[in-house]
Amino acid sequence: MKISLQINEGPYQHQAADSAIQFTKAALAKGHEIYRVFFYHDGVNNATRLAIPPQDDRNITEQWVELQKEHDLDLVVCIAAAQRRGLIDEDEMKRQGKDANNISEGFRISGLGQLIEAGIESDRLVVFGA
Amino acid sequence: MAKKFMYINRKPPYGTIYALEALEVVLIGAAFDQDVSLAFIGDGVYQLTKAQNTDAIGQKNFSPVYSALGDYEVTKVYIEKESLEERGLTLDDLQHLVWEDEDEDWAEKDSIRLVSRAELADVLDEQNVILSF
Repeated sequence: MKISLQINEGPYQHQAADSAIQFTKAALAKGHEIYRVFFYHDGVNNATRLAIPPQDDRNITEQWVELQKEHDLDLVVCIAAAQRRGLIDEDEMKRQGKDANNISEGFRISGLGQLIEAGIESDRLVVFGA
Repeated sequence: MAKKFMYINRKPPYGTIYALEALEVVLIGAAFDQDVSLAFIGDGVYQLTKAQNTDAIGQKNFSPVYSALGDYEVTKVYIEKESLEERGLTLDDLQHLVWEDEDEDWAEKDSIRLVSRAELADVLDEQNVILSF
C-alpha cells in the first residue's frame, strides 16, 4: 500500500512525531511504500538541525534523517508553516535576507499542494497529532 | 477520478493556530479539483460564528474568509447538530455560507448542511481522504 503521513506537532512536546517514526518503520518493514511525509503546524519543528536533546534521549530529527537516507523518504516541510515559525533553509535564508538557516539535510521545503497531492496519490493519508 | 476530501475542523478559531492553518490547506487544496467537504464538530463550530471581533486579542480576524469558500467551489459544509446544541448555539449564530450553481444560472444555494452525529459518521465513511484539524 502507498501511504503518506501528515505530522502536526513538534518533537518532544507531543508524542505525535515519535508515533509517526514508529509507524513509518513498521509500515516499511511490512513492505508498504511511504510516498511522502508532510510536516505541518508545529510539526515543522521536527526539521530543525539545531535541536540538542539530552544525550540519553532520542534525537527525533536524526531519526528522520536516518530513515530518509535508508529509504529515500520524501520529507516535506510546509513553507508557510515553516516561515511563521522561523524554520528556513539556505535558499529561503538568502531570499528573505536572514542571517541563518536551520533546516536539516534530508528535508525539503515546499507548499501545501504537496500535502493535497499526497492525499490524491496515496492509498492512505495518516494524520499524526493535533 | 477526483477523490473525496474531508477537512474536519475540531478546534475553536483562536487559542491555537489549527483553525487558521486548516483554512489555508482548504484554500490551496481547492486548486486540485477534488470533491471537497468540510465538517465542523466540537468546538470547531465556533469557527463559523458571526460577528467575530479579535481587536482585544491582537490577532487577525480570519472568519470573513469562510464566506469566500463558495467561490473556491467548496460547497459542502457539514455542521454537527449535537455540537451546536451542546454549546447553546443554533444555525442563526453561524455565518450564512452560500455558493452559486453554474448549472442553474448561478442560483445561490446554501453550503451549510446541518447533520446529526450519526449522519456525519455516514458522510465520513464515504470519504477517501480525511484531514483533521
